[in-house]
Amino acid sequence: MPLEDYTIVIGLEVHAELMTETKLFCGCSTSFGSEANSQVCPVCLGLPGTLPVLNEKAVEYAVKAGLALNSDISLLSKFDRKNYFYPDLPKAYQVSQYDLPICLGGHVDFIVNGEKKVIGITRVHLEEEAGKSVHSGATITDSEFSLEDYNRCGIPLIEIVSEPDLRSPEEARIYLETLRNILRYAGVSDCKMEEGSLRCDANISLMPKGATKFGTRTEIKNMNSFRSVQRALEYEAKRHAELLDRGEKIIQETRTWDEASGVTEAMRSKEEAHDYRYFPEPDLVPIVLTNEFVNDLKDNLPEMPVAKYHRYITEYGLPEYDADLITANKDMADYFEEVIKHYKDAKVVANWLMGEFMRLVNEQEVDITEVKVKPKHLAEMFALQDKGVISSKIAKTVFEEMFNTGKDPATIVKEKGLVQITDASEIEKIVEEVIKTNPDPVAEYLSGKEKVLGFLVGQVMKLSRGKANPQMANEFLKKALDQLK
Amino acid sequence: MELINKSALELRDLLDKREVSSREIVEAYLERIEAVEPKVNSFVTLTKEQALKDADKADKMIKDKTATSLTGIPIAIKDNLCTYHVKTTCCSKIIKDFLPPYDATVITKIKEAGMPILGKTNMDEFAMGSSTETSIFGPSKNPWDLERVPGGSSGGSAAAVAAMEAPLALGSDTGGSIRQPAALTGIVGIKPTYGLVSRYGLIAFASSLDQIGPFAKNVSDAAALLTLLAGHDRRDSTSLPLEKVDYLQNLGQDIKGLRVGVPVEFFAEGIDPEVESNVKNSIKALEEFGAEIIEISLPHSEYALAAYYLVATAEASSNLARFDGVRYGHRSKEDRDSVTMFKHTRAEGFGPEVKRRIILGTYALSSGFYDAYYLKALKTRTLIKQDFDEAFKKVDVLITPTTPSPAFKFGEKNKDPLAMYLSDIFTTTANLAGIPAMSLPAGLTSEGLPVGVQIFAPALKEDIMLNTAYALEKAIGSIGFPALEV
Ligand SMILES: [Zn+2]
Repeated sequence: MPLEDYTIVIGLEVHAELMTETKLFCGCSTSFGSEANSQVCPVCLGLPGTLPVLNEKAVEYAVKAGLALNSDISLLSKFDRKNYFYPDLPKAYQVSQYDLPICLGGHVDFIVNGEKKVIGITRVHLEEEAGKSVHSGATITDSEFSLEDYNRCGIPLIEIVSEPDLRSPEEARIYLETLRNILRYAGVSDCKMEEGSLRCDANISLMPKGATKFGTRTEIKNMNSFRSVQRALEYEAKRHAELLDRGEKIIQETRTWDEASGVTEAMRSKEEAHDYRYFPEPDLVPIVLTNEFVNDLKDNLPEMPVAKYHRYITEYGLPEYDADLITANKDMADYFEEVIKHYKDAKVVANWLMGEFMRLVNEQEVDITEVKVKPKHLAEMFALQDKGVISSKIAKTVFEEMFNTGKDPATIVKEKGLVQITDASEIEKIVEEVIKTNPDPVAEYLSGKEKVLGFLVGQVMKLSRGKANPQMANEFLKKALDQLK
Repeated sequence: MELINKSALELRDLLDKREVSSREIVEAYLERIEAVEPKVNSFVTLTKEQALKDADKADKMIKDKTATSLTGIPIAIKDNLCTYHVKTTCCSKIIKDFLPPYDATVITKIKEAGMPILGKTNMDEFAMGSSTETSIFGPSKNPWDLERVPGGSSGGSAAAVAAMEAPLALGSDTGGSIRQPAALTGIVGIKPTYGLVSRYGLIAFASSLDQIGPFAKNVSDAAALLTLLAGHDRRDSTSLPLEKVDYLQNLGQDIKGLRVGVPVEFFAEGIDPEVESNVKNSIKALEEFGAEIIEISLPHSEYALAAYYLVATAEASSNLARFDGVRYGHRSKEDRDSVTMFKHTRAEGFGPEVKRRIILGTYALSSGFYDAYYLKALKTRTLIKQDFDEAFKKVDVLITPTTPSPAFKFGEKNKDPLAMYLSDIFTTTANLAGIPAMSLPAGLTSEGLPVGVQIFAPALKEDIMLNTAYALEKAIGSIGFPALEV
């Protein structure tokens, strides 16, 4: 039976680090990339006698995430201990939420192949991050020793559990991308998969098309990019289908994705699964929220991508394609809105951002938030263009310089002598020179091959090092040639 | 002048009158410690040098008039309370060299008050036991009879006060660990309302039951120390945000009309007749002061011990999981991979009683058993709380024996865990309910062993509890000091 004859059922468990300044239960910094074990204290190291104190900001962010995901916020939730031994877990338990999570229900909506999908959210809960093991060898088994870095330990995390509503590996990837976008819009997580601040485990099973009873599922871990989520699930779906076709059973187990070889490998079976022995965390009191607190956050929740998309179309008159592309990335949308404050023609801005801007961002592999061009300067560049100070061609040169140096466009134009030539006598002089040095094309033109005009205009632009006003160059050249007829 | 048999407040008075210096007091106690420690074994670490330095600082505070109610009075600290750069071992091999990089909140308070710390006292390993017999440093002895246990787990602190090695001491009480040794050594011990004293820096046994509390020779001293210890602490989320109360203020008030409840369940079979008669005498004494004695029932008391041993061990199994050899403490040489290291480190580092409780607690929380054990224990806990709520509608305080028998002999119960657990039978209910309870001497048995009487009060009614105890203390009179021959 080909894979197409199966219904693929996928659910994702996504962990996102909240971008609070300090950790969930102590005052240590959460910044990324510091020297190992430089952001630790007795509390996050779990030294004996220490106690956790809840970071209220983390609660606020978790609630915001829930609101952005259309969840119901629990006015009463509590922490529980999830017990297991691992060197990166200093207390040998993770403080998490078990039966009373902070957010329940919700959904994420997106469009895939022109079809609207609504993916249910089961729950969102708050928990603490573990540390990080660094092995001396390539893998844990062939390492002589391992070292522990607890900088990450205690950073607040939310776990977002989806319903098994995803029906293809592609959908799973798009769901994850949409989820990232929502969390970034809500301002609760930077969701960088490469830094590990967004992670994802997947459950997958297959059933024959038309069936209602789910097949046996496997859980996939260690997918470190959006692409690998899709690839791993594609591999796993195929593996399930092949096993089922051979009449073999799927073993319920946890499997790990190997990016290099492109396969999933068994990690532990259901029987080997941990018994986490959850019980209420006695060192913390329950989280009690008021309706007022929740409503206040709801009222001040930033605009979500779907709302923004519609607004760009109605308010700025952008085509759907442009609105979709720009709102797909929060940083891009933020940038767009900053430029729009200083320059009113949204379509010009959108074109530039989707064109030159993205070209350089991709070429130089920089983050949009790190682009040196100030939105105000970009608006100024458009104004220079409108006033005829620079041509659209020069604008590209100016922009590239702005992109590399962060200088404002007026300064660049002045420094590089890029002001457009609009002085008639100067352009006439160049036109004369071009006619003199290109006798053959001139002759061709005069004999009726008017197509040659384009070449000659090009020569004028070249001679002026691109600074001649193209309309004037065209007009003057035509006039001079016609006089020769 | 014999300093060591004076109470803390008497000493404080002498300090104020400049009849004695804190240095002289500390020196007197250090001398006493040197003399009796070989017999009693109360301490596991002595901090003589620091104590003398702190005494000088206290003397300066008194001179500068910046002293407070216990400035200059030395104290002994149970070895599960973290002390900055002073070994804090829980009397366990697994952290026998642990040097905390911080002070427990109560230690900060003690230091700020200018109280010299004499040393760290012996205890049952991780506070698991009722006799100090599970300490890796060997047991402490009961100063009234060196053949007998001082009780536990805070046995070292109790023995130190009873043997006049310290005027005051700190202990922790999870199921009776302050009150039981106080009873067995003839001194006063208080388990405060859960949340009254910060637990920050107390190496946890069972987080929802643990409270730090004072040991003293008399009720007033204990009240003075409790006043210092109590108060909200931002670092302990379970500490209660309350106004500071001076527990000395209320002592000596008339108890006429005080409604004293006597729970029938605590006078059932199995109680030592001399314990019973001493406690009954105490009840009679209160009645003579005009208190109204009311027989009441705490119907779920018989399930308290079972519920306690499930809740406490469940929490302990999680609290003690961090001792894995990764970051500090003992690490086994068998460490070729992390799981091997965990297993051997913990097998080598923990003693048999700690292991027994970790296994019990792990079992109680395991899937398939959780509902039958842990959850049921939590429900029982709620019922026990309700028993007290009901009782305190009718009475102001409750009075019971602290323990079913006086101090037992070494080796008498440590071979039979259940027999040992039964010595907590009257004390665990207060921890399960979160209410305050204390023990004070009710008298001596014919063999000359102290008997303790226990008073329970509603949550945060320490003032009423202490005033009742103060009245009782006046009625009973001092039981004297153990004739510890030096
Ligand atoms: Zn920290």
